Amino acid sequence: MAEVIDHDIIIVGSGLAGLRAAAEVMAASQGKGPTLAIISKLALMRSHSVAAEGGTAAVLYPEEGDSLELHAWDTIKGSDFLADQDSVWKFVTLCPEEMRQLERWGMPWSRREDGRIAQRPFGGHSYDRATFAQDKVGFFEMRTLYDKLQEYDGWSRYDETFVTSLVVEGGAFRGCTAIDMKTGRFVYFRARACVIATGGAGQIWKFTATSVSTTGDGIGLAYRAGLPIEDMEFMQFHPTGLIPTGILITEGARGEGGYLLNSKGERFMERYAPSKMELSPRDVVSRSIMREIAEGRGFKDEDSGLSYVRLDLRHLGREKIDSKLPFIKELSMKFVGIDPVEDPIPIKPTAHYTMGGVCVNDSGRVLDADSRQVKGLWAAGETACVSIHGANRLGSNSTAECLVYGRLVGRDVVRYLASEGTGPRDVVSPQVAKEETRIFDGLMKKETPSEDVYAIKAKLKEVMDRSVYVFREEAALTDAVREVRALKERFKGVRATDAGRQFNYNLQDVLEVDVMLDLAEVVALGALNRRESRGGHSRVDYPQRDDKAWLRHTIASRAESGPQFSFWPVRITMWKPVERKY
Amino acid sequence: MDKITLEVLRSGKKRTSYELKYRKGMTVLDALVEVREKQDSSLAYRHSCRMGICGSCGMNIQGVPRLACQTQVSTLGKETVKVEPLHGMRVIRDLVVDIDPFLTMHTSVKPYLIRENPSERDNSDREYRVLSEEVGRFLQFDFCIMCGLCYSACPTIALDPDYLGPQAIAQAYRYMADPRDEGWEERVELLDRPHGVWRCHVAGSCSFVCPKDVDPAKAIQLARVEVLKKRFLRKKPRAGSPLVSLVPVVAPKQGTKAPPFDFRKGEAK
Repeated sequence: MAEVIDHDIIIVGSGLAGLRAAAEVMAASQGKGPTLAIISKLALMRSHSVAAEGGTAAVLYPEEGDSLELHAWDTIKGSDFLADQDSVWKFVTLCPEEMRQLERWGMPWSRREDGRIAQRPFGGHSYDRATFAQDKVGFFEMRTLYDKLQEYDGWSRYDETFVTSLVVEGGAFRGCTAIDMKTGRFVYFRARACVIATGGAGQIWKFTATSVSTTGDGIGLAYRAGLPIEDMEFMQFHPTGLIPTGILITEGARGEGGYLLNSKGERFMERYAPSKMELSPRDVVSRSIMREIAEGRGFKDEDSGLSYVRLDLRHLGREKIDSKLPFIKELSMKFVGIDPVEDPIPIKPTAHYTMGGVCVNDSGRVLDADSRQVKGLWAAGETACVSIHGANRLGSNSTAECLVYGRLVGRDVVRYLASEGTGPRDVVSPQVAKEETRIFDGLMKKETPSEDVYAIKAKLKEVMDRSVYVFREEAALTDAVREVRALKERFKGVRATDAGRQFNYNLQDVLEVDVMLDLAEVVALGALNRRESRGGHSRVDYPQRDDKAWLRHTIASRAESGPQFSFWPVRITMWKPVERKY
Repeated sequence: MDKITLEVLRSGKKRTSYELKYRKGMTVLDALVEVREKQDSSLAYRHSCRMGICGSCGMNIQGVPRLACQTQVSTLGKETVKVEPLHGMRVIRDLVVDIDPFLTMHTSVKPYLIRENPSERDNSDREYRVLSEEVGRFLQFDFCIMCGLCYSACPTIALDPDYLGPQAIAQAYRYMADPRDEGWEERVELLDRPHGVWRCHVAGSCSFVCPKDVDPAKAIQLARVEVLKKRFLRKKPRAGSPLVSLVPVVAPKQGTKAPPFDFRKGEAK
């Protein structure tokens, strides 16, 4: 029997969006309002947001020449016109306040000579608006928010608690089931409002910049609760993943003036984007790198078998690297023994950011397949698809989105509870007992499994890296769908082999892989369906963008036979799509 | 080196050895992952980012607290790698320890900006003016990833579990050194207590093991100086940095880079 824990608001996920939402709830309710709980499968300050490096976009100095219109335009053009433009406008107008709010909460932003917040250039932005604190922006933002929350009493934290399902009944959120990893207890969090903020799904690829925890849990939770998910075929491959693991070398390295070089020593971006060069949007740079490699102008790492090009920072000099990019130097030296002051860094595109996610409106409220709001349910950050990023996110817009939407959602939740009141608690849904059976009598059944969960995970990652990477085409995608489906079939034979109660990470691995398989199927099928090239989705067999057929969002809903697809229009309120050139 | 032996102290009791094939660049975390995925699914350890920034994978490796993700097996110089949970913390399972007491200490030193006028801090559209050299006075102490290595290495914590510990004192000092902060007096009081800054024996092990060069031992010394300033010099707290007056948003100047179309809401379609 699940232990029932009651709260008014639960936030699932403790990255930037989750912590920002929590801080807003606490500030808006002054500690006297609804009870808040933050639930995370990690300890609260460990979320993947800490790995964000280069910057957070905001128009801080309109008097010096930047403008909200320009930020909106850059974002929409960067999205290859798939972004919903009214959402983008709302987003850019709120970014500046967030930078200054974090500043007043202690964020150690790097400074200009005059003591004001400094900004650096970033890919696809036509003004230097990436606000930065050295090259550990996400880390310092997380620290600032985590520390800010320590000021408030009246919220509860459930660290290392793995949420396994959402209970959504009668068009409203009711609660969620979870396993407390510390004790192994099965619990039911009954609440009036829930914010899903669990990040993206980068771990379904092998060569990825994301933390091992970035397994798409929240997107999977919504999908399995019968809610639609949007634009999952748009995965961002960040151009500069460190060989051989894929961990991130910030775009700030190019923002500060770094070059990309092929094996002939050429700055090859000249061939593909002569005006913006290395500071083109990420999809453009990633494709250029893969073309160079395909045409034989890459290098090969003998140990890992991976092909790569080089990121050269040597001309920046020791002083600039030490002051502006110290973390990049630390990573290169610790993980591959290369000092970027002396030698170029080996890189290739790495799975980085999930542009798609849970369907939400421009206030972060989760929508069902008929575009109706689900009562009491929000999603924010990488988990959600607002959609601000469309087919390709610009660098430094993700941490900005987490902050802006964390705050918007936090405020909206408090408002919602004030008007919806605090009626009697629901009876515990029978779904809770079913979920307990699925896990403890099913996945944990004491029998020798016929399949190994880790073999399935490894195979999934291999398939995604091979067939659903930067360049895509019909035959490989068809293969990928077939292979992912075969893995889903095999997964039926998986059981958790560890019977321990406390910190049963093997069980957590099994639960995660189950969701990863669902999401991989949606990604691969979505990519197969979309017969055009747009932003991060590049089909060699359909190299042109096709606005007539495909200027629309892919919506996937779960059915027994697999995902069912429908399409939603793109909200175009400011600029009609034009050719995207850099 | 073709193969290595990973010897893990499991749940504080027995040592279990796992043989693994060595590959170039292998970290201790890589080895642990391989054990769980290929040999023993019950092995419990924490990890997440793989790049030394989330603070999850602190453990005792070859007798020294380190992050498993950034410890290359080859640098340890031995074919047998001994791994134990962090000392000074209660073991829950295998390499997973209870970090709650450590987190409580962090919270207890009020690790956030304190202002006389909190509403200005929480509700304003402006920013504080801070110079780069002022940021430089506290930035190093802000590198803390809360991995707990310093806490585990501290000989004083081992004897006095109520001692604030190097991490918390360094964080208290980080905020005291921040020009925006006005909580100096409150924090001096928190530090100038029996289990506060004076408990430190200056062993320096915290700074030795810190994977992020925070140098908590230095922060403790600097924090002591602050306490002494209060005690002997009767130093008064100073006012925090002022807010910048923002220039009101004005229409873009001529020659400003503008989008290729006029921005008029609803114009398209």
